[in-house]
Amino acid sequence: MSEQLKVPTMAEFMAEGKQPDILFWVGSAGSYDDRAKKITKAFVKILNKAQVNFAVLGTEESSTGDVAKRAGNEFLFQMQALMNIELLNAYDVKRIVTCDPHSFNCLKNEYPNLGGHYDVIHHTQFLKELIDSNKIEIKDSNYKGKRITFHDPCYLGRANSEYDAPRDVLAVLNANMQEMKRSKATALCCGAGGAQMFKEPEKGNMDINEMRTQDALETNPDIIATGCPYCNTMMTDGVKFKEKEADVAVMDIAELIANAQDL
Amino acid sequence: MEYVPNIIFAIILIIGIGYFARNVKKLIRNIKLGQDLDVSDDKPQRWKNMSRIALGQSKMVKRPIAGFLHVVVYVGFVIINIEVLEIIIDGVFGTHRIFSKIGSLYGILIGTFEILAILVLVAVILFWLRRNVIKLKRFLSTEMKGWPKSDGNIILYFEVVLMCLFLTMNATDLQFQAMDSGNVISQFIAPWFNGFSESTIHLIERSAWWIHIIGILAFLNYLYFSKHLHILLAFPNTYYGKLTPKGQFPNLEAVTKEVKMMMDPNVDPFAAPPEGAEPEMPAKFGASDVQDLSWVNLLNAYTCTECGRCTSECPANQTGKKLSPRKIMMDTRDRLEEVGKNIDANNGEFKDDGKQLLGDYITNEEIWACTTCNACVEACPVSIDPLNIIMQMRQYLVMEKSAAPMELNNMMTNIENNGAPWPYNQQDRLNWKNE
Repeated sequence: MSEQLKVPTMAEFMAEGKQPDILFWVGSAGSYDDRAKKITKAFVKILNKAQVNFAVLGTEESSTGDVAKRAGNEFLFQMQALMNIELLNAYDVKRIVTCDPHSFNCLKNEYPNLGGHYDVIHHTQFLKELIDSNKIEIKDSNYKGKRITFHDPCYLGRANSEYDAPRDVLAVLNANMQEMKRSKATALCCGAGGAQMFKEPEKGNMDINEMRTQDALETNPDIIATGCPYCNTMMTDGVKFKEKEADVAVMDIAELIANAQDL
Repeated sequence: MEYVPNIIFAIILIIGIGYFARNVKKLIRNIKLGQDLDVSDDKPQRWKNMSRIALGQSKMVKRPIAGFLHVVVYVGFVIINIEVLEIIIDGVFGTHRIFSKIGSLYGILIGTFEILAILVLVAVILFWLRRNVIKLKRFLSTEMKGWPKSDGNIILYFEVVLMCLFLTMNATDLQFQAMDSGNVISQFIAPWFNGFSESTIHLIERSAWWIHIIGILAFLNYLYFSKHLHILLAFPNTYYGKLTPKGQFPNLEAVTKEVKMMMDPNVDPFAAPPEGAEPEMPAKFGASDVQDLSWVNLLNAYTCTECGRCTSECPANQTGKKLSPRKIMMDTRDRLEEVGKNIDANNGEFKDDGKQLLGDYITNEEIWACTTCNACVEACPVSIDPLNIIMQMRQYLVMEKSAAPMELNNMMTNIENNGAPWPYNQQDRLNWKNE
């Protein structure tokens, strides 16, 4: 299956003197983390199926610097940002899509002041575009009637006020959507943001992802849908901690769409 | 002799307002100890935010019970100022109920005030019960012991006394009762004084009138020392609140200059700055004390009314970590007050007291527990941004002190070396394609 993936790079496009419509910013998690790589591949399958003219930076991509910035290292962040901006501007990139809300936020909001002006969208927003323009169609969803609850990523939701796109995309699955008590603007963090992903949490009564998983499990879901690779990891760990991994799957919206289409 | 009460009134008024003005000056001076921050952009949006959030209480009602009660007290406060205006005019010019000349509208106005006074009393009693009997978790956190707890209650007692005085004043005003217009509540209180002689009733009315206005002036002056300052500062605070998306953290300009220089191969790092060049700013990256924070951060601290909505939404706090966004704001205000007193005691100059906000008030553990999820910012009814202060302190810890937790240092080293937070080779970035 995987050898069918078409993943052209910006360098290849340039060599042919062509320009893709959109750059897929894979992000560090999407490139290296085993779980997140599956999300990356699912998204590429959709891009291939919808015949989107896209490219990735491949080995030229580097960390956006988002985690460094949230950890307080403004120097490292700006070094990464200025390097990336130089590369993106050299390729004359106009539009960027990414599966990582942290990269999304950083590229969209923090790069412009450093000279990087792009139209940046989250993959759930892009999927909504593809659905609205009939580039992808879900006829017989294998999720019909399944109970799905969506966990809002802080950096897509509260940070950028995007609550609808992921829900609109999930709506095409014909599933039984359940909202958690805390959702949208009041959603609880998964616990990974602000560089917490890379360190042990401070001392407390429990970990944040346990509490958030509890929120999700209260809706009695078959699937917890996520839109962020870090949320995915945290919720997956939470489900394991609650020993529910046999009953509840944690899946990115891109994976759900790719599976529904049987790609 | 007949002007004696007017003169006494004017003196009390001048002292009351004068002392308040003196403290407001100090307040502005303290806020200006913060770093400059340009917030002159997008004025229409700022006015809109202020009228929606502060004037319109739009975020208060997100929690319906507290929100509704708060709106009652707020409306009562705003409208009753018309009554205060009448008291001041009467006091200075020796008139009696000067506004009653406007006729039936006066009855409607006073009637509204009387109803509001009762509603405020009910709301305040419910607020007191929430604080002291129901024991809401929000009001029991460690930072809410001592002064913050008594401050909250003192305000409520103040309001009970003021409302009771207002109603007593109306009930014992024989002239006003005779008008039988607008005494919707006080007419039921008036009979309580039936056995009293006319002169005694008049004495009670005058006493209530005087204590009422003195109480209002005392309350005004209490504000500076209290979390109740929010009734004034909520307005500028929502006006100067953040307009950019919550996830957008400001980029430090000073760092940009340095990074650009580092990345520019043509720059000689050892060259002396050309003569007349601007001196290198700033002395410090990030913030460790109140003077390093922006003046908006400091305005935020004075505006905080310690309601704790931020802390109750904070994921770190909910899972038992030490971080409480409310405590960050309270600590900032306490330290700022301390710095202000230091300046007052040393003829207008700050003498190093060997203390600072970070370390003496806020611990590193609190700073590192934050997930930057913006729940606190979302929850605040008056646009306070505790996250901004937390981030500036992280910057200080990392860029000035190299004091990040070890795992974060590893993560940052990985980014420096491999362009990813994990120790993988950049050349392997596209390996997923063929896996």
